[in-house]
Amino acid sequence: MTDKNQNICRVKNNSVTGLNIIPVYSYADFSSLVVELLSKDQNHCVNYFAFPDKNGLKFIAAIADDTAGDIILLSHFLASSESKQLNSLTPKIIALHIFEREIFENYGIDFKDHPWLKPVRFPHDRFDRNLKVNDYPFYKINSHELHEVGVGPVHAGIIEPGHFRFICNGENVLHLEIQLGWQHRGVEALMLEKKQLLQRVIISESIAGDTAVGHSLAFAQLMETLGDIKISEQLMVERAIALELERIAIHVGDIAALCTDVAYGLGANIFAILRTGIINYTQSWCGNRLGKGMIRPGGINLPFTNDHKERLLEVLSKFEFQFVELAHRTYKLSSVENRFDDIGTVDEKLIRTIGGVGMTARMANVNRDIRSSHPFAGYIEFPIAPVILPKGDVFSRFLLRRKEIKRSIAWIRNILENCNFDIPSGKPPSEIQLKPDSFAISLTEGWRGEICHCAITDETGSLMFYKIKDPSMHNWKALELSLRNLEISDFPINNKSYNLSYCGYDL
Amino acid sequence: MLDEIKIIIHNGKQFITDPKNVQLPKPFRGRPEISTVKVDENKLVELCPVSAISANPVRIDLGKCTFCGECAFRFPEKITFTTDYKLSTNIPERLIVKEGENLPIEIDREAIRPEIKDIFKNSFKLRQVSAGGDNSAEFELNACGNANFDMGRYGIEFVASPRHADGILVTGPITESMAEAVEIAWKAVPEPKVFILCGTDAISGGIFAGSKALNREFLNRIKVDLYIPGNPPHPLNIENGLLDLIGR
Repeated sequence: MTDKNQNICRVKNNSVTGLNIIPVYSYADFSSLVVELLSKDQNHCVNYFAFPDKNGLKFIAAIADDTAGDIILLSHFLASSESKQLNSLTPKIIALHIFEREIFENYGIDFKDHPWLKPVRFPHDRFDRNLKVNDYPFYKINSHELHEVGVGPVHAGIIEPGHFRFICNGENVLHLEIQLGWQHRGVEALMLEKKQLLQRVIISESIAGDTAVGHSLAFAQLMETLGDIKISEQLMVERAIALELERIAIHVGDIAALCTDVAYGLGANIFAILRTGIINYTQSWCGNRLGKGMIRPGGINLPFTNDHKERLLEVLSKFEFQFVELAHRTYKLSSVENRFDDIGTVDEKLIRTIGGVGMTARMANVNRDIRSSHPFAGYIEFPIAPVILPKGDVFSRFLLRRKEIKRSIAWIRNILENCNFDIPSGKPPSEIQLKPDSFAISLTEGWRGEICHCAITDETGSLMFYKIKDPSMHNWKALELSLRNLEISDFPINNKSYNLSYCGYDL
Repeated sequence: MLDEIKIIIHNGKQFITDPKNVQLPKPFRGRPEISTVKVDENKLVELCPVSAISANPVRIDLGKCTFCGECAFRFPEKITFTTDYKLSTNIPERLIVKEGENLPIEIDREAIRPEIKDIFKNSFKLRQVSAGGDNSAEFELNACGNANFDMGRYGIEFVASPRHADGILVTGPITESMAEAVEIAWKAVPEPKVFILCGTDAISGGIFAGSKALNREFLNRIKVDLYIPGNPPHPLNIENGLLDLIGR
C-alpha cells in the first residue's frame, strides 16, 4: 500500500503489488530517498535492479525495514533517449556497490563516481560482449616490495571455480579481490525462456545445490503470491522444517570442514558423519539428500506424516547427543580456539557498511534474520529468535553454527510436539495462472542468509522478468575484507568460515 | 583422551561395509522402470521438464533426467523409480531405459579403451573440475571421501593438480566462462587418461540445456569414458561407477 503523506510504498514479505502502484521518482528524488532510508540502521537493501520496460529501463529498489517488518519499494524510469550516466549512490551507501555494478554490467549504465565499477559475473547477455572473463580489471599496486598471488578459477580440491587475487607484502595480505562469474549458466534468462512451471521449479532448485530448499521455497512462495494460492499452515510448517534441516546439515558440515583445516581429525570426521544422518533423513522424506523434489508451489508430492515425525524425533535426539558431546570437546580445544580466535575480524560497523546479511551479519552483532524480521512459512506461527554474536572473527562464525544448530533442533522439536500430521498436505497444481502487470517479492532465510526472489509479470500474466539474489551477493565483500592484514595462510579458514556460494552469485 | 574415546565409541561403526549392496530407503529415486501399461504417451512426454521421455516405445534418457519424479507421481502405473542407485555406464545408449525391459545399468568392460583398462585398478586419482553446476554434484563427490562412503579405501581419490591425476571428472553443464579452463585441465593430465562426466547437467546440460551461457563444444572432440547420471548423483552411484570402470 502507498503511504499518502510521503508517497512511500510499503509491502510485506510475500506480497504482490501492481507495477503501477510502485511510485516512480525522478533519479534525484529516488537517490535522496534511498540514501535517507539506508542511512538508518533498521533498514537494509534486499534488492536493487533494473529491467527493460517500454523503451527504457525501470529501476526498482527493495529496502527492508527490519523493525516494522516491511519492504519499501521505490522505482525510477530511465527512457532510452536519456543519458546513460547516473550519479552513483555507492559513495554514500557502500552496500549498494554490487547492485550498481550489476546494472552497469547488464545495461551499460555508467554510475558516475562509483569507486569500483567492475563486472560482476560476465553474463551471456551482458552489455559489453567484448569484455571477456579473462580480462577482469584487477586492482593493482605498483611496488617492488609487493607481490601478487593469483589462484583459480580451478582450485585445489572439489570446489567451485573463482579467481582470487591477493596483493601481499611478504606473508601479509594487503588486499584481496575475488573475481566470480565462472559458474554463470544463465539462470535468470532460463526462468523466462522455460515456460513450464515444473521447469522453473527445477531451475530454482539448481540455483545453489546446498540451498535447494531455501531457493525453491522463495520461488514457490513467489508463484503462490502471484497466483493468489493459499497454502495450509501445516504445509508452511513442513517447509520450515525442511529449511531448518538444511541449515543443520550444512552448518554441521561446515564445522567439519573448519576442523579439517586446523587438522582436528576427530572433529573433521565425526561432524561429517553427523551431517550424513541429517541429509539421509531428508532423503528418506523427499528422495533426495539435498531436498530436491521437496518444495513445490501450491502443494507437496511427498508430504510430511506422523510417521516422518516419529523418525525425525529419533534422528534428532541421536544427532543432538552426539553433536553436543563432540562440540563440547571441540570448542574448548586450545588448538582449535587459538587458530580461530581474533582471525579475520569484520566488525559491526564494517558489516553495516557493506550490507552483510544472514550469518555474516549475525556473527558481527548485526541482527538480520528474515525468519524473525519478515516471517514466512512456519515462522509466522512459530517464531524463532536469531542467534547474535558480538565479535565477527572466524571463531564467531564457527560458534554461530553450533548455536544455530541447537536452536534449530529446539525449534523443530517444539513444532513436532505441537503439531500433528494426520491429514497429509495436498498435491501441487501443474500450472499456476499469474496475476498480470504485477511485481512480487519473496524473502526466505537460507542457512547463509536472506534469499530474495522478485518477479514481474506483463499484461498477459507471463513472467517478464525474474531476479534472484543469493545472500552471497552481499557477503563476498566480507571475505575480501576479512583477509586484510592477515597472513595468506589464513585464507582457507576464513573462506570456509563464510562458505559463500559461487553458483548462487554467478546464476 | 578419554573424552575422544567416548566420542568414538558413541558414534560406533559408520562406514558402509559393502557399497555394492546397500538398500537405500524409499522414496529415493534411482533407476526407473517402465511398465507396458498403455497411457496417454503424449501427455507423459510433455510432462517431462527436460525432454528426457520419448514415446513409442516409452523411454527415459537418464543422461537428461533430473530425477524430479513427476512422471511417476502422475503416471504411477507406468513409471516407478526403484531404489537401484547403480546408474553409471560408459555406453550412452545404456542410459536409456526402455519400456518393459527393466535391466540393470552396467559398464561394458569390452568397450573400455585398452590403454586405460586395468591399469588404474589399485590406484585411481582424479582431478575434479566444476564447470557451471549448482555445487550439488561437488557436495556428493566430497561425501564420497567421508568416513561413511570412504572411497579412499579402494585407492580412489581426488587430487589437487591435474598433473597428479589419472583423469578429469567434470561437473556442471560447462559454461562459456569455464570451457577453456576445462580444456586446459584436461591437457595437463598425463597419458593415459580418463574423462568422466558426473551429474545430469554435465552429461546433457540437464535443466540448463539450451542456455546461451553454455559452451559444450569440447565434448564433441573427446571420448567420454564414464557417465554418472543424477541430480546430483548419489555417492554410492559415483563410487560404484568408478569401481566398475577400474575393474574392482
